[in-house]
Amino acid sequence: MNMTGRRGFLQICLCFTVLSLALLSGSAFSQNGGELRFCLRSEPKTFDPLLVDDDASLSIRYLTGGVLVRVNRHTQELEPELAESWKVSNDGKIITFKLRHGISFSDGSPFSSEDVAFTMKRLMDPALHSSTGDAFRSGSGAVSTKIIAPDQIAIIFPAPIAGLDRLFDQVAIMSAHSPKKEGAVLGPFMVAEYKAGSSVLLQRNPNYWKKDSQGRRLPYLDSIRLDIQANRDVEMLRFKRGELDLINVLDSDYFDRLAASSPGLAHDAGASLDSDFIWFNQVATAPIPEYKRAWFRSTNFRRAVSQAINRDDLSRVVFNGHAQPAVGPVSPANKFWFNSKLKAEPYRPAAALQRLQADGFRLQNGALFDKAANAVEFSIATNAGSKARERMAVMVQEDLGKLGIKVNVVTLDFPSLIERISQKFNYEAAMLGFRNVDLDPNGQMNIWLSSAEDHAWNPQQKAPATAWEAEIDGLMRAQASSADSKKRKESFDRVQEIVFEQAPFIYLVNQNALSAISAAVEGANPGILSPQTFWNADRLTLNATTRASR
Amino acid sequence: MNAGRKVACVVVLGMCAVSLASNWIAPFGYAKQFREAPSAPPSREHWLGTDDVGRDRFARILYGTRISLLLAPAAALVSTVLAALVGGLAGYLGGTWLRLARGFTDLFLSLPWLFLLITVRALMPLNVSPLVSVLITFLILGLLGWAASARVLSTSADALRNSDFVLQARASGLHGSRLFFVHVLPNLKPVLYAQFWISIPVFILAEANLGILGLGVAEPLPSWGSLLRELEGLISFREEPWRLVPLVLLIVVMTSFQTLLSNEEVTA
Repeated sequence: MNMTGRRGFLQICLCFTVLSLALLSGSAFSQNGGELRFCLRSEPKTFDPLLVDDDASLSIRYLTGGVLVRVNRHTQELEPELAESWKVSNDGKIITFKLRHGISFSDGSPFSSEDVAFTMKRLMDPALHSSTGDAFRSGSGAVSTKIIAPDQIAIIFPAPIAGLDRLFDQVAIMSAHSPKKEGAVLGPFMVAEYKAGSSVLLQRNPNYWKKDSQGRRLPYLDSIRLDIQANRDVEMLRFKRGELDLINVLDSDYFDRLAASSPGLAHDAGASLDSDFIWFNQVATAPIPEYKRAWFRSTNFRRAVSQAINRDDLSRVVFNGHAQPAVGPVSPANKFWFNSKLKAEPYRPAAALQRLQADGFRLQNGALFDKAANAVEFSIATNAGSKARERMAVMVQEDLGKLGIKVNVVTLDFPSLIERISQKFNYEAAMLGFRNVDLDPNGQMNIWLSSAEDHAWNPQQKAPATAWEAEIDGLMRAQASSADSKKRKESFDRVQEIVFEQAPFIYLVNQNALSAISAAVEGANPGILSPQTFWNADRLTLNATTRASR
Repeated sequence: MNAGRKVACVVVLGMCAVSLASNWIAPFGYAKQFREAPSAPPSREHWLGTDDVGRDRFARILYGTRISLLLAPAAALVSTVLAALVGGLAGYLGGTWLRLARGFTDLFLSLPWLFLLITVRALMPLNVSPLVSVLITFLILGLLGWAASARVLSTSADALRNSDFVLQARASGLHGSRLFFVHVLPNLKPVLYAQFWISIPVFILAEANLGILGLGVAEPLPSWGSLLRELEGLISFREEPWRLVPLVLLIVVMTSFQTLLSNEEVTA
């Protein structure tokens, strides 16, 4: 090789090296560091992970709290986190966790079974009034813990709890010894700064235990800034300007506008667990005329109303197609618990009229009358401010008008509505919804048990008013006391069938999980479970080049 | 009457006339849902497009204008009559009655009216037709909106009570209701007119405020408040400028009402 050739070879080597370095640095540029920014829609009420009850605090707990097991928001499967493995006893009363070694809290204090025992003791303290703790209250008697070894602990409950292991997805472990209390965390981020009414700054937890497949310590991000912003218009404007990286939950109107201008940023993850529904007041002591109570208690009347509602139109018109006609209390998005034999009630006004006629109703000059010649007219109350519900109510009003039923839509401020439907029972029908309910049917015990406060159509019954409510009571109790998931599924499938047949709630739609994610965010995989966009926040990265170009 | 007032008068009367003829001008009606064309842009069929559930926006604006322009004066009449009774009588009687009335009026004025409206509305029966609901909404506005006018009227009536002609009438043996109705009330007319006219745009705006919160006129009846709710979430005016029509109408009507009042009436 002569001098020219050698110089040429050196130049090629140099170019290759420079190129490799550039590529490597580019890769590192997009995989490490940076600050993710998005909005909380309200002020967090607490930073104590055991007292969390509001959406904003839930988001912070998810990002900062370390849990023993985690429900994967994409697969809906339970995965090990701080616990390497766990075992629920056959009687469903004891759960034993084997913990990971060498894990420290964000302040450096070591993690052991003592911390789990401390957390459970505090969680179950009646004086704390923790709603997370309420889910673990299965019967009279105290919850106890038994430290088997520094890395092994058994938690003993006085009565069986169905789906016990999944409940630990909500329990962020606190340190038993750290003076920082809730400031010492095991999650990927820790609270670094809180400006009331303005923002919460989360910084990377330097002691976070997880590593990626290449052995690099997670999380990739340096920090997350959560701006407190209730106004959705402002949130969308800021997202469009590039000041925000995510919008966790998006309305269908905003979604379509964003999809039209920037199709790659709007994400529709399909039907969520959210559902909207109507129910009729069946309370015996409610101040409504007796003949109306008789309509509302008639299965034929409720089913006829259900059949007369065009759910496809509701999905298409109100949600611009970003919703699915609802089947029942479980969304098809809930992969395990949904009863796939059931289908959404189709729009059949002729069949609805037949049902009504079977109950003695008659259509005369475009108006429907009952056996005693009372014109069929009732009001549907819903909360003011929810445009989607108001639109649905107007469409239901028109659909039922075709059957000769006169519906008066009433919008009330939320406290007044709640007072009417849960204390005074001074209403005829109401339209509300469930938001992102628990996957496990145990989360719905407060709705389906006839004695429950949230048994909306006829709450706090001393004994079930109807045979089908008695059957639901039995099935819900059976599934709650069984550790056999197959038997639980059979019981809850039957509950869904009864609810479909009896229509105490007339389910309308399951809204889709809509979100917005900036092109600068890499690794996002929006799902239907909360938190939809940042459930894998520890693996999200920011592409600074893309971000700068926005 | 100056040119501005003439124009304002023509605008208000013109809008009243057009809204009264809405049955003929807008054949679709305000409630019919064209579900195949929700949120449609203006077309030959729907001049101002359709709303979120496919209702003709032009028809809804016409009917909404009719409701706001007819019922706001009715509410203004109710509030002015109440104000005349409370303020006028208290001013005429004077002394303790005047102090009591002023105290009561001040107390009423200090209440947050929107909160009061929402509370009173929440107590109303639910199962009423949209037409009855709209009448109730404006009646509540009228019943709750008398206090400011009553205060003005009590001051005017108090001044009249001590005027020479009232003293002369008293000296001539005229007392009680006859003195009030023959001498005091006719002299309060300019103030009553002014209060009546001032109240109309106030009630139109009050209903619009309730409507924007979703607590105004019941569906499917339209009103300016419910029509203005469509502007919620509108990020760019350029995208759908036809959605601004209710806002433009509201501004035109408010300006016209303000122009109709002469400076003297406003001062009165």
